[in-house]
Formats: sequence, structure tokens, C-alpha cells
Amino acid sequence: MKLAWEDPIGGVGLVLLLVGEYMGLFATPNEQMMGDVVRILYVHVPAAWVSLLAFSAAFIGAAGYLFSGRKVFDSVLEASAEVGVVLGVLLMITGALFARPTWGVYWTWDARLTSTAIMVLTFFGVLVLRSLVEDPDRRATWSAVVSIFAAINVPITYYSVDWWRSIHQMQSSAETISKPIHNVLMLNALALVLVTAWLVVKRWRLARLHALAEEPEPLSDMGEEVA
Amino acid sequence: MNTPRQIGGVVLKDMLVELRSPVRVSGLFFYAFALLLMVAFASNTTDIMRKQAGGILWIGMLLASTRSFDQSFGAELEEGALEGLVLWPVSPIALYYGKALANAAILAVVATGLLPLVVALYDVTIRGDMVLLALTLALGAGALAAPGTLLAAITGQARGASVLLPLLLFPTVVPAVLAASRATTLVIEGDPMGQSPAWLWVLGSLNLLHWTVGGLLFRWVVEDG
Repeated sequence: MKLAWEDPIGGVGLVLLLVGEYMGLFATPNEQMMGDVVRILYVHVPAAWVSLLAFSAAFIGAAGYLFSGRKVFDSVLEASAEVGVVLGVLLMITGALFARPTWGVYWTWDARLTSTAIMVLTFFGVLVLRSLVEDPDRRATWSAVVSIFAAINVPITYYSVDWWRSIHQMQSSAETISKPIHNVLMLNALALVLVTAWLVVKRWRLARLHALAEEPEPLSDMGEEVA
Repeated sequence: MNTPRQIGGVVLKDMLVELRSPVRVSGLFFYAFALLLMVAFASNTTDIMRKQAGGILWIGMLLASTRSFDQSFGAELEEGALEGLVLWPVSPIALYYGKALANAAILAVVATGLLPLVVALYDVTIRGDMVLLALTLALGAGALAAPGTLLAAITGQARGASVLLPLLLFPTVVPAVLAASRATTLVIEGDPMGQSPAWLWVLGSLNLLHWTVGGLLFRWVVEDG
């Protein structure tokens, strides 16, 4: 079977993810206050960053479709929103598992948690909308409009910890985390970016094939993209 | 005809429809009133009800608003009225702002009508400034109406509209409902720490954001509808 250009990226990403998670579980030190609980952050923080990237890509797909009318952007929206929702759910589950031993509750109505839940729910709504509209043009236009509305939450979610100081910690940086923890965190983030890019491209190809099946387009527009 | 006059025309049309047969306002009012009663039945003590009065008012408004937005476009979609409006020289922007302003006005009327009932049923004494309360009701109604009008224009044309509109609308307006609830509660209970202006500022910003984005996006909704 012929490998697509994105397959090596996915392969490298998966290997890095295995190495990163192994290091996160066994090779990094305990955090002074949280102990072993900190290890959840090697999944949680990269999932947070990469879900924001995926939803930003969905926004680009939505804006691209509305301004150009090209279905290739609609497929970007579909692929990115779907992968973003999966990452968002992973983010919230790992967040709840982290919150219970550190904050004493699985969930609290902190601004970051609330805005994240809203963001994931609105993009989930986009996916439900897509499943209920049969006409391809209407589906693409309406889901693009709703996605742009949903994407308003992306910067709100990111900056929520600055705007409303609450229980969730502010954005971390190399200066605020010890070096061994920071390095493994960055390794896992890079790995998840690569794996997510691979998944999005794979899902995009599938979306393009569905679009082709629904509305055959000239090969010059479609052929090379999905080959 | 210029855009402000077109907007005025659409608002006037929707208001005339409502005045001739106030089915929507009365339906919304009794829907939200029933919710206030249900919550009162389910609450243990008057003390809890008093503290939650602002939040319950806005939850009632949110649930009722979905019926309002549904009906707002339901009427336009019957017998191709929306198509007629778009073909008539009414710009999509004027159509959006006209419909959204009419929706906001109807919600503000319903919220104003519910307020005395909240006072009576939940044993609330309004300690704060009535002007601030009026501003909160107006901004809250606007923050629901702007995204609600846009989303209802989409869901009204899709399958499963009754499920789809709440699914898309509720997460979108959570920040607005939260800000309106907090501001209303602070005005009702008194605001010794002066927190209500901050919530009103949040509500105002959400209004600005939603009214701007809604106006920019609406043309695609009606052009592809």
C-alpha cells in the first residue's frame, strides 16, 4: 500500500507520543505539592493546546468556505471540528481527573472550565447540524456560520484565566515550570500536534471523498487532493 | 430605501404582527411563568429561592426565547415569505437587525412582565437601582436575541429544528445568561461591593460581539436558504 505524505508525520508523532507518555509516567520527578497527580498534565495540557489549534483550523475552514465557496474548506472545517471535539472531550475528562485530588471536586464553575465546556459543546452542535442537513451547499454554509460563532469561544477560553482570576492556574511557561517537567510537556505537545495533524488530514481526505460522492466535481479540482 | 429605514420597516412589521395577535408574547410569558412556578414548587426554602431569583428569571427567559426565535422565522418560512423579503430590496443586514431588534423587544417586554411575579413568588425585595435593573433586562434580552435570531434562521430551515436550536443556542448564550443572572441578582439583593457594573460591562461586550458577528454572517444564511 502506498503511503500518503502525512503517514510519516503520523508515525513520528505516535512514536514521540509513546516516548513522551512513558517519560511522563516513569522518568519525570513528582511535583512538590501534587505528587503523582501532575502526570495527568502530560496528557491534559497538550490536549488543551491542540484542541484550540484544531478549533482554530475549523474557523479557518469556515471563513475560507464562506469567502471562496470551495468545498475543500468545508472538508477542513468538518475534519478539524471533529478531531477538536474528541480532543476537547479528552481535555475535560483528564481535567476532571486532575481536579478531584487537587481541588477536591471533579468540576467547578471556574471561567476556564466553563468556557472550555461551551467551546466543545458549540462545536459538537456544529457536528450535529452537519448530520441533520442533507443539501451539501446548505450544510457547508450553515455549519461555517455556526463554526464562526463557536470560534468566538477560542480566544475567550485561552484568555479566560487572565480575565477572570479563579481556581484554574494561569498559562504556564518555561519560567514557571521546572525544566524536566517542561521538556516532557513540550515533547508530548509536539507529539500530539503531529498525531492530530495526521488525523485531521486523514479525516479531511474522507470528507473530500464524501463530497465527491455527493457532488462530482471536475477532476482538476478534486483528483490530486484526495489521491 | 436606506438600511436604517429598512431595519425600522422590518421591526415595525414584526411588531404589528405581534400587536394584531399577541400570541408570541403571551405564549412566552406563560411558558416562563410556568417555569418560575415549577422551580418554586421544587425549592425547599424561601431563602434559597430569594438568592436564586435572578438566575431563575434568566433560565425562564432562555427556555422561552427558543420558542420566540422559532416562531420569528417560522412565520417567514411559511409560503416563501422569507424569499419574498430577500427578493424585495431589503438587505440581509436590515433583515437580520430588524428581526433581532423585534425579538429583543419582545423578550424585554416578557422579562419586564415576569419581574413583578418574581418579586411576589420568590418574596424578593428590590434593593438596587431600578435604572440598572432596566438596563440589565434590556442588555440580557439583546444578548439572547442576537445569536438566537441568526441560529433560528438556520435551524428553522433544517430537520430537527426543535432539538437543534437549543443545542446550538444554549452553549452560545451561557456567558450572557451568567452575566445577566449575576447582574440581576446583585441589583435585586443590593450591591454593597459595586460588582454589578463589571457584569453589565461583560453583558455589553457580549452584545457588541454577537450583534456584530450576527450581522456579518446573516447574508450567507438567507442567500443559501
